[in-house]
Amino acid sequence: MSTDTDGEFDFGGSAIERKRLYGKVFLGLCVSAAMVGIVALIALLADVIYESWGWLTWEFLTYPPSQVADHFVPENYGDLDTGPAGMYPAIVGSIYLIVLTAIFTLFLGVGAAIYLEEYAPDTRLTRFIEANITNLAGVPSIVYGLLGLAMFVRALQTGASLIAGALTLTLLILPIVIVSSQESLRAVPDSMRQASYGTGATKWQTIRNVVLPEAVPGIMTGIILSLSRAIGETAPILMVGAAVSMFTPPDLTSPTGAFSAMPMMIFEWASQPDAAFQHIAAAGIVVLLTILLLMNAAAVLIRNKYDRRA
Amino acid sequence: MSDETSDRRTGLRSTLASVGSERGRFAIGNLLSTNTETTGMTANSGSEAAETTAAERTTDVGADSGAEMSAADRPLGSPQVDNAIIESRDLDVFYGDTQALQGINMDIPEKQVTALIGPSGCGKSTFLRSINRMNDLIDVARVEGELHFHGKNIYDEDVDPVALRRKIGMVFQKPNPFPKSIFDNVAYGLRVQGKDDDIEEQVYTALERAALLDEVEDQLDESGLDLSGGQQQRLCIARAIATDPEVILMDEPASALDPVATSKIEDLVEELAQEYTVAIVTHNMQQAARISDKTAVFLTGGNLVEFDDTNRIFENPESDRVEDYITGKFG
Ligand SMILES: Nc1ncnc2c1ncn2[C@@H]1O[C@H](COP(=O)(O)OP(=O)(O)O)[C@@H](O)[C@H]1O
Ligand SMILES: [Mg+2]
Repeated sequence: MSTDTDGEFDFGGSAIERKRLYGKVFLGLCVSAAMVGIVALIALLADVIYESWGWLTWEFLTYPPSQVADHFVPENYGDLDTGPAGMYPAIVGSIYLIVLTAIFTLFLGVGAAIYLEEYAPDTRLTRFIEANITNLAGVPSIVYGLLGLAMFVRALQTGASLIAGALTLTLLILPIVIVSSQESLRAVPDSMRQASYGTGATKWQTIRNVVLPEAVPGIMTGIILSLSRAIGETAPILMVGAAVSMFTPPDLTSPTGAFSAMPMMIFEWASQPDAAFQHIAAAGIVVLLTILLLMNAAAVLIRNKYDRRA
Repeated sequence: MSDETSDRRTGLRSTLASVGSERGRFAIGNLLSTNTETTGMTANSGSEAAETTAAERTTDVGADSGAEMSAADRPLGSPQVDNAIIESRDLDVFYGDTQALQGINMDIPEKQVTALIGPSGCGKSTFLRSINRMNDLIDVARVEGELHFHGKNIYDEDVDPVALRRKIGMVFQKPNPFPKSIFDNVAYGLRVQGKDDDIEEQVYTALERAALLDEVEDQLDESGLDLSGGQQQRLCIARAIATDPEVILMDEPASALDPVATSKIEDLVEELAQEYTVAIVTHNMQQAARISDKTAVFLTGGNLVEFDDTNRIFENPESDRVEDYITGKFG
């Protein structure tokens, strides 16, 4: 059908070509916007993996660090009296840090979310608190580092310890965990709560048996994603005084001891003048990114496994 | 025929109230007679429990039944019954500043079906929720006046709504099974109420009474959400009766279902009235006429206009507006 038919209905005629062109241009812009991010990420990853090639060995994961770049070179491993060098204490430090942070956030974050969502009356004060939790999620991490330094290291006398680091990271991710847990709780349909109350369940029984099981996948996903952000944070643990040259992993039985962590170690190596350390830092980054990706994959798996609606 | 059921019932209930109840039942009688035999059989397992509650009940009812009804808000018809288990007296419900129920005065007779009908938004669900204090869950809702259950005002300070809901179960408009197995759905109330001895037997009994057992016997471990809408609703009924409450409130339980599923629910409601007091909201007039003994007609603005035997309401209502509503002139 074309414009020269006498029908009253205009099927678009020449204008349609122009509209289609606009459509294509817009689509192109959107695709390239998406591409910029993806290409940059791939380039970064490729560069880091290339830099670390040959430096990332099993020994790198299982030995303490060294001041001398040569100790990291796999060809030299055999000649060293001190043994190979690696980032073992920092890896263990980061894992301990994350485990402790996970425990603290689980109780504080989920507890706060349950209170705000299920118990708190809808008053101006509650809304004020909720608005401020959202604001806190945007505070730069170095500010949390300063807070941790003042509150835990100084006031509570924890020293530059694992526990101070974990508490600081907890503060950092708590707002995000609270908000995402609240969203998961809110997504549980009210009809479920009513069904439970209707059969004579108490409030706590309803929350424990109906609301939480429904919300847990969402809550877990939120916590894991927040933890994967926390594990890469350098500023807060720098502020509370994570050590750079720890030769033994931190001792969980005395959580007030000194500790090192991966981002701290990488930061230290990257600021060394010796060019060889750039490769060592790259190897550290690959280890960190692998852990991050594994955590994110776990979050996705949990979400897919429990999301019936999907 | 129905003799064995009525024998058992008169045995259980020693109050005069039972006489009224029998009369109410037989007025509608013919429809029911086919069903009673089967119920008689399935119901026997529950009779022991019923006996104890009936005994407790006698004293309460005797002492307080027939609370005064104020003349001002008294609806047309006969809103006061002899064998009342629930008595609503000048009950007002507000949502914030708007009043959803205006001085409701009516009784709900024991072990009969009471239908609540009326156009949308007239407060039927609100009234139903005020019977087991589900309105407590709505922040803005506020209740004034009294509602007696066994002669005790449930809005008194010393009444625990959780304990009340264990006596007055509820089935909702949209089937709302938990995302758990069929078994766990029915067992839920038993578990939260700590009645979990012989849980398996109780679950089977409830499913049987809800006319669902035959259909799901082989899939008790599968999710309740995998059932059809009608089966889900019967699952919710099973969940509500598993803990053996005295009253079952149903808010348009069949409105989301197809005709076949609907008629199954209707049959079930009639059978349940052998054991339980049922209050059912419906805006399906034929349904109300078919299954209920008493009918309350609410009209716009949260007013209860007329309450009477279902036969009277449908054959010869006092109010012209009720007649118009029932004959479909509005609503
Ligand atoms: N949760 C609520 N909050 C505020 N108003 C409500 C709420 N539930 C019901 N209402 C109002 O109360 C009136 C009665 O509603 P409802 O009891 O649901 O009527 P029905 O069940 O007869 O259709 C309606 O005007 C409705 O808008
Ligand atoms: Mg309703």
